Amino acid sequence: VLSCLSTMVGTFPLLSVQPMRGLVDEKIQVVVRNLPPALSVTLHSLHHSEDNDFWEAFGHYTSNDQGMVTVAKDASLGGTYEGAEPMGLLWSMQPVAGSRTGLRLRKMDVLSPMVVHISVYSGHMTEGFSKQSPLAIVVTERWYMAPGVCRIDIREHGVRGTLFLPPGPGPFPGVLDMWGGGGGLVEYRSCLLASHGFVSMALEYISHDKNRTSDIDSKTYFEKAFRIVQEHPLVMKDRVALFGLSLGMSVALNLAAYSKDISPRCCVCISGSHVHRVNQAFRKVLNKDGYKIRFDEEGRAVWRDISLPIPTDLGEKVDMGRIKCPLMLVVGEDDQNLATVESAKDITQMMRAAGNEHLLTILQYPEAGHLIEPPYTPHFRASNFIRPQTRQKVIMLWGGYTKPHADAQEDCWEKSRSFLRQHLYPSPDSVPKSKL
Amino acid sequence: MTEKAASPMLLLHPSRGLIDEKFSLIVQNLSRIQDITLHALIHSDDGDYWEAFGHYVSDATGFVNVANDSSLGGTYDGVEPMGLLWSMRPVPGSRIGLRLRKKEVHTPMVVHISVYRGHMSQGFREQVALASVVTERWYMAPGVRRIDITEGGVTGTLFLPPGPGPFPALLDLWGGGGGLVEYRSALLSSHGFVSLALEYMTPRTSGGSTSHVGNEYFEAAFTVLKQHPQVCGDSIAILGLSFGTSVALGMAVYSTVIQPRCLVCVSGSHVQPVKGSLSDVFGEINKNVRNTRYDEENRVIWRDLLLPIPTDPTKKVDVGQLKCPVLMIVGEDDQNWPATESAEDMKEMMEKAGNSHLLTTLSYPGAGHLIEPPYSPHIRASNFMVAGTKQKLVVLWGGETAPHGHAQEDSWKKILSFLEEHLYRSTDVTSQSNL
Repeated sequence: VLSCLSTMVGTFPLLSVQPMRGLVDEKIQVVVRNLPPALSVTLHSLHHSEDNDFWEAFGHYTSNDQGMVTVAKDASLGGTYEGAEPMGLLWSMQPVAGSRTGLRLRKMDVLSPMVVHISVYSGHMTEGFSKQSPLAIVVTERWYMAPGVCRIDIREHGVRGTLFLPPGPGPFPGVLDMWGGGGGLVEYRSCLLASHGFVSMALEYISHDKNRTSDIDSKTYFEKAFRIVQEHPLVMKDRVALFGLSLGMSVALNLAAYSKDISPRCCVCISGSHVHRVNQAFRKVLNKDGYKIRFDEEGRAVWRDISLPIPTDLGEKVDMGRIKCPLMLVVGEDDQNLATVESAKDITQMMRAAGNEHLLTILQYPEAGHLIEPPYTPHFRASNFIRPQTRQKVIMLWGGYTKPHADAQEDCWEKSRSFLRQHLYPSPDSVPKSKL
Repeated sequence: MTEKAASPMLLLHPSRGLIDEKFSLIVQNLSRIQDITLHALIHSDDGDYWEAFGHYVSDATGFVNVANDSSLGGTYDGVEPMGLLWSMRPVPGSRIGLRLRKKEVHTPMVVHISVYRGHMSQGFREQVALASVVTERWYMAPGVRRIDITEGGVTGTLFLPPGPGPFPALLDLWGGGGGLVEYRSALLSSHGFVSLALEYMTPRTSGGSTSHVGNEYFEAAFTVLKQHPQVCGDSIAILGLSFGTSVALGMAVYSTVIQPRCLVCVSGSHVQPVKGSLSDVFGEINKNVRNTRYDEENRVIWRDLLLPIPTDPTKKVDVGQLKCPVLMIVGEDDQNWPATESAEDMKEMMEKAGNSHLLTTLSYPGAGHLIEPPYSPHIRASNFMVAGTKQKLVVLWGGETAPHGHAQEDSWKKILSFLEEHLYRSTDVTSQSNL
């Protein structure tokens, strides 16, 4: 016995998702055709993560007179997102009911794609998707790595990282890419930057290996790492940028302001602060002022007060007047982990006073949280966090609300790439022409 | 290269696409009014290299956009967004008579696209490009499943789209070259059809000989599809190329088991009805072997073996009895089969019988015999081994590169549209299954 939808409605629904294989930051077009008009349907996305959790999103739609649903244009009437949201099926994903708590979705293996199943179901459903047969399914792949990008393990002069090279003869601009205090070696952002034409090295500077001391004590560690990128034969030596998130921003600002050895062409600094003891080891930064950690009503750790109040004493923060390169600062106004708004304000004042404010660009996003990452991956207001030094487990409150945070990620990624291109790619007509 | 030299960038989208998808290709950051060559390179599964190239001049802002700008020469010219793929040919020094066909459909065709300084026509290996990107061209969409079929004495490969279905289905028949050719079925499945690529010239079950392959074999194949739990039995079509067309037409008219919803017939003929075994049919065709001609390069022209189109109705499929829509696709420069003459004769027969409203013919000037899914290279002639023998020839297929490339693009679009209309949207479902 065949249960053909065709017998119920006389047609087979046609679901298409373009592109079927795309980069993580590419938009998708999801269209359903051949439905009866005015049919209630649910569009559903499902992802089985590397950690073996299931994530899903869904939106409620009604087919139009031609029997079509076009996610980019039609409004979702409810679900995990609403309104006309072309990418809602990706950024509004959340762990399915019954999942472990405090999850964060991060792709650690960049050589394989994130696989997402997009389905259309009859009716407006909010649960029980696995028990119901969808009208149609397509599978889409989301890649951090474009074809031809090369991944290289770096273990050189004590520096641990992963280098990503775009395809082609180069030369290319370079990026030293640093994540935050969670530590480890996180590759996906560098991989994605390489897919956009930058040589990028993801740097590990806080190890999860107890037997390895953290390298953040040593400024020379970061200078060595910068040189590895800069001296690569495919990299333009004077076009290397620093890209830092959270604690990575502190590293970047310190290098940009104080290093005599290296000089970044520009910096992109996300969700960080210029406040820390310049002359103390970084490690102490993480443990200092622990008494200022708060817990919200759900027992989640709020760390933003650690970096408050912003000191007035110049010796207790990075001297922003010493910054000589263009700097893009990205701030989520609902950041619960670091006092990034206050820091950005103080940075502006310091640079204004020093006369280098023209170098500063600030992107400030209302209701965005701390983890402003490449776009279209889910937002988590809080997640499990292990402090590398103590191995203590907490649930960290990052902040942000799903839709504004997703918009912030999309906008920030586009603008930061544009900023990098502007400062790292020489314009052909600004230099003397070589002989053809 | 000095540190301050310009860094041209190639932007190609999508970087991973289906084989029949268009891509956009832009070069930026060039000097203004600069001569450049865009070059595409494939290293085939067989170990050969194929390339194509076009000569361009950047505009005042240092841009080249292949969708809008004209190639001034190379393996293609004019405004040709996909010329870098369909105009590919083996690199100088390659073996002769090559044909680019992907056997392994789980992996993509990898194409290296580069931009070079100046207008070059050779020596690409020795020159360093200004920039390079890599694109993957896939026959299989994510989630498509491939299954070996050996049941019911049938040898083939089944491709299923992701999802529970049920889906409309296709019986996919290639021509007299034989073997099990999967890529078109994989691609059709990526468009939402269950598709069975059938080996029928040398199926393992008959010990490599065509002598036992008769109607029953094709009926068994059709039944495999009809009985598959994920196939909607009323919505099965047959797609045939070359000799596959003969099979498709013959089965549709004479078989009581095979009732296709519609037919797509590419580069084929209704002459020589398929009755009895396949070797009987080839025996008939071989009676005309004296009509074989050779071109100036000694390549085999077989189109006359079926000419003149017989007036004797027992020598051709009685297409007046067709009950389903038929899409006929014909290359006017087909040197292998008399497709144009056959299509004309079919039309006449169907007009006389009163069912010509079922027939749509697409006729392409300058296209040859091998009208395949788009954006793969055109082959005017290639090595051919007669199935079941060890005889090697170079066969002339016909066609000129640009018109053939356009014919493949246009016909494929129309084939998918035709199949969608008759298999996905048709509301005259004649038999209702139980809910």
